[in-house]
Amino acid sequence: MQKELWKGNEAIAEAAIRAGCKYFFGYPITPQTEVPEYLSLRLPEIGGCFLQAESEVAAINMVYGAAGCGVRVMTSSSSPGISLKQEGITYLCGAELPCVIINVMRGGPGLGTIQPAQGDYYQATRGGGNGDYRTPVLAPANVQEAADFVRLAFDIADQYRNPVMVLADGMIGQMMEAVEWGEMEKRNLPAKDWATTGTKCEREHNIINSLYIKPEVCAEHNEHLERKYKALEENEVRYEEVNTDGCEVLFAAYGTTSRICRAAMKMLADEGIKAGLFRPITLWPYPYDALKKCASQDSIKAVVDVEMSLGQMMDDVKIALEGAKPISFIGKAGGIVPTPRDVADAAKKALGR
Amino acid sequence: MNHRIQIITGHYGSGKTEFAVNLALKYAAAGEKTALADLDIVNPYFRSAERRSLLESHGIRVIATSFSGIMDVPAVSPEVMAIFDDSSYRGIIDLGGDPEGAHILGRYEHQLAREGFDLLCVINANRPETNAAYKAQSYLEAIEASCGQKITGLINNTHLCRETSYEDIIRGAKLVDELSKLTGLPVVWHAVESKFVDQVKNQLGKGDILPIEIYMCKPWEVDL
Repeated sequence: MQKELWKGNEAIAEAAIRAGCKYFFGYPITPQTEVPEYLSLRLPEIGGCFLQAESEVAAINMVYGAAGCGVRVMTSSSSPGISLKQEGITYLCGAELPCVIINVMRGGPGLGTIQPAQGDYYQATRGGGNGDYRTPVLAPANVQEAADFVRLAFDIADQYRNPVMVLADGMIGQMMEAVEWGEMEKRNLPAKDWATTGTKCEREHNIINSLYIKPEVCAEHNEHLERKYKALEENEVRYEEVNTDGCEVLFAAYGTTSRICRAAMKMLADEGIKAGLFRPITLWPYPYDALKKCASQDSIKAVVDVEMSLGQMMDDVKIALEGAKPISFIGKAGGIVPTPRDVADAAKKALGR
Repeated sequence: MNHRIQIITGHYGSGKTEFAVNLALKYAAAGEKTALADLDIVNPYFRSAERRSLLESHGIRVIATSFSGIMDVPAVSPEVMAIFDDSSYRGIIDLGGDPEGAHILGRYEHQLAREGFDLLCVINANRPETNAAYKAQSYLEAIEASCGQKITGLINNTHLCRETSYEDIIRGAKLVDELSKLTGLPVVWHAVESKFVDQVKNQLGKGDILPIEIYMCKPWEVDL
């Protein structure tokens, strides 16, 4: 198949169409506005509905409504807009509604800047809403993955009846790269017999709700959700290892910073230092076991966590390593992408060279 | 053809900015007093103003939007007028992508009526919106309607960023040739990465080859 050149945000939007998403509710914000712009043109062509809501809060609640009807629905935003959606996300999790949420991160906190960052790691993996809930988070490192993970996200959402987030950053959203629109692996997905599609007087009402006022019933609901999250932890962990066999220093990085690490690895190789990369693809569920196993190699003297935030993923790297290896950190927050030279120097420093 | 002012338009991802930067460097290398105006009022990433220090080191005057492209505020610098008012300049104007980005040209309607200019449209056959001549033609018409000016020439800049092969460039040459026949517009340039020039030089049909280097790098490509 002929490769095409796609902008990250447009590839995300086209991937949603190809995944059978017919409904999009959102609100513009740089650096993700091409997602709604693209869908505003494409969704009417396929008999879908694009609606620019009056706010991000309204948009996520429209997603709740559409997901309750059993259709594939998506919303997208960038950091401050995703903060506004947090109430809706916990409601979606509580009511077990499948949907896809795109976050093309920019610098924060607050309004921050429109340049790329990864400062929403805590929010995405720990949740910014109330209650015991989890959302799977897929982190693409290139435009091809951005397209692939949107399609994967819809399948995971439908399989587990849960919102799934694709966590990109402004660089992934704005840059152009080659994309090939191959077929995705087909999953056997459960029927949406819980959706509010009309009883036709032939069945009991389906009710979409996150209110369980009796504590015993609410506790049982939480245990049911917890079993689902355990199944996600069992089945959906994804990661990539690059050049890790026999490496001296191991980078842990996701998304755009993993690309920086790959360039730093080449620089280090030229200087005679073998560096490897462990890249979590699912940020929740986090690949704790795989990272621990990878870092346990005797050859690895130091682990360097690299972020466009100030050590948020460090928590998960520490949980994974359980003190087995020294961990250091290099990163920038607020819209600055660390350079490959910065990262290579941090690795040398960690090795004491 | 080849007026003092060269205006570059095209789709996002067509490689307008890469072409504009390379064209400015070519004129500067030939000893011309050159100015490059970054008139992108839409996109805050991958802007020609990001290569300011490189361009200035070659003696090129760089004129960016008032916020140097770091804010999504659609403001243009009054300094752009220097290109129109000082006829000693070879002026290159890098418009924003798409019909939306070309819209800004309406602001300079009176200056453009006074000064001669070329409005060149960069085509990348690997972009889905311009991967067939008929699609590219309606795209050209949309840009013309948006900016109120007529496109005067075509540029083949078919690429896949770092995955470009010489076959891409030849396929792009065929597409702009077909587009040229549909529209009557001349093919002015084939922008070709230097490393591919020998492979493609006799296979591109009408239009000159502009050998280019890649300056608009992604952050992980910069130090390589």
